[in-house]
Amino acid sequence: MNLLSLINLAYIVASILFIYGLKMLGRQSTARRGNSLSALGMLLAVIVTLLDRQIIDYTWIITGLVIGGAIGFACARLIKMTSMPEMVALLNGCGGLASLLVGWAEYGKIQSLGWAHYLEFFDGSNKPFTSTVIFLAVLIGGITFTGSIYAFGKLSGKLSGKPVLFGGQQFVNGALVLGLIVAGVIFVIHGGQGAIGTNAFYVALAISLVLGWTLVMPIGGGDMPVVISMLNSLSGLAACAAGFVITNNVLIVAGCLVGTSGVILTMIMCKAMNRSLAHVLFSGFGADTTSAASSEGAGTVEGELKSISPEDSYSVLEAARNVVIVPGYGMAVSQAQHVVRELAEMLEENGAEVRFAIHPVAGRMPGHMNVLLAEANVPYEQLVEMDAINPQMPMMDVAIVIGANDVVNPAAARDKSSPIYGMPIINAHEARTVICLKRGKGAGFSGIENQLFRLENTRMLYGDAKATLQAVVTEFKSVKA
Amino acid sequence: MDLMLLFFIFVLAGFLGFELIAKVPSQLHTPLMAGSNAISGITIVGALIASGADDGSTLTTVLGTTAVALATINVIGGYLVTDRMLGMFKKKTVAKKEDA
Repeated sequence: MNLLSLINLAYIVASILFIYGLKMLGRQSTARRGNSLSALGMLLAVIVTLLDRQIIDYTWIITGLVIGGAIGFACARLIKMTSMPEMVALLNGCGGLASLLVGWAEYGKIQSLGWAHYLEFFDGSNKPFTSTVIFLAVLIGGITFTGSIYAFGKLSGKLSGKPVLFGGQQFVNGALVLGLIVAGVIFVIHGGQGAIGTNAFYVALAISLVLGWTLVMPIGGGDMPVVISMLNSLSGLAACAAGFVITNNVLIVAGCLVGTSGVILTMIMCKAMNRSLAHVLFSGFGADTTSAASSEGAGTVEGELKSISPEDSYSVLEAARNVVIVPGYGMAVSQAQHVVRELAEMLEENGAEVRFAIHPVAGRMPGHMNVLLAEANVPYEQLVEMDAINPQMPMMDVAIVIGANDVVNPAAARDKSSPIYGMPIINAHEARTVICLKRGKGAGFSGIENQLFRLENTRMLYGDAKATLQAVVTEFKSVKA
Repeated sequence: MDLMLLFFIFVLAGFLGFELIAKVPSQLHTPLMAGSNAISGITIVGALIASGADDGSTLTTVLGTTAVALATINVIGGYLVTDRMLGMFKKKTVAKKEDA
């Protein structure tokens, strides 16, 4: 067996490991092993690639591996669980940029070696095809990179989470796409050669980077689960395009798996908000309602906000037999997950049954709340999905809403004029008593007033969620002592 | 390699991806995303070839080496962080034991 067959055989094994790894990631009991299996596949792919006949010099490879490995290792160890969405965004960005650079480097090789010599490495490939996929790798990689960086900025609070809209935004984006297509066509026709071909490449590169930025700009922080899933999908497709450039099966298979998994997550997230992907991407959701709310135009809300003290909250909770906790992004912000678990344990010792109701888009990435509660050692049997908890809501004595807003807004079910009308919600308002933990009296992230906060059976517990919950827990402890 | 064959593989992998992911419970969405994100670091294979191939151009080496570093961050960071998250998902009995 020659070396090439051996390498390709190893790539097949790596692909099998990826596929099995992903399959196992889909089940709680096997997930961790699945991840290790997929990592093993990656290791195998890297090792056999080092045997490739194109590779002559290992100095720079080792340099890159060491630097990247150290940074990746440090990030994975040091990152806080509450910062997981930013971390995933950043990793996506790295993957996207890497694919872009691979496309660029292959183009560089073509320029220094000439097409005829270059294509000798890839039998069956040809000039128009290779130019097209180089263009695609740069395009998708570029959008993934800057889009992820912008998303990272929004998620980490370094950039405003509010949608950024400006006049003629759609027009600008349209013009950019048009310019990109023109540059791409010129690049492919000239095979990237000559002044025209080279310039077309750099123009396409620049526009891709700008486009990633301007595409994520108008999307609000509350829509980040959709954006993150979409960028994840794109980072896979970028790897796929790079795979077509170097006619490499394992890149195509792995990239495509990631691409489709990202698409599925994106669709799940959109469905959970009852909105189309186009609406998420282009509507600048929340921007229009913010201005309406500030001019007191949101006249649909009525009733008083009734506040409650931690001591009185304790009395309510002490008597409760069925308690449901609805966490949202606010829990992540105030890092309240540990004290939430403590409260849940207190309630259970007190004889109550405690459940956590998780909305699919609570937080800033798919499954965000689950990770935080798992970090705080909440057993996953206590976590209940939206569709399972809603029929039981009228039986609940108390619903504790912790930093969640839109996902419990009854307007989504009742008020046709509400921007979130039609979005499935957790029916916290059906519980006998609702305690809402909230930082202040302002409207939530989306800028939409929440009728829930003004209902007859709702009490507002103002302040930082961690501090107020701590106060309730202290109350529990002091009474017991 | 025949280009049509590559397309064929691409399409089949796409369908396979849909089948694999469609039924994943929502509580595993974050690890799934981080794990699949790590797989997208497979572009490291392309980066290695670009970095090690000596075509006499500094540009290619610089681009390739940067690509290797970035893809490695993606791979190592992605897998480790996924492992860390999955290590936290515990059943009730196990969780209680570790608390004690």
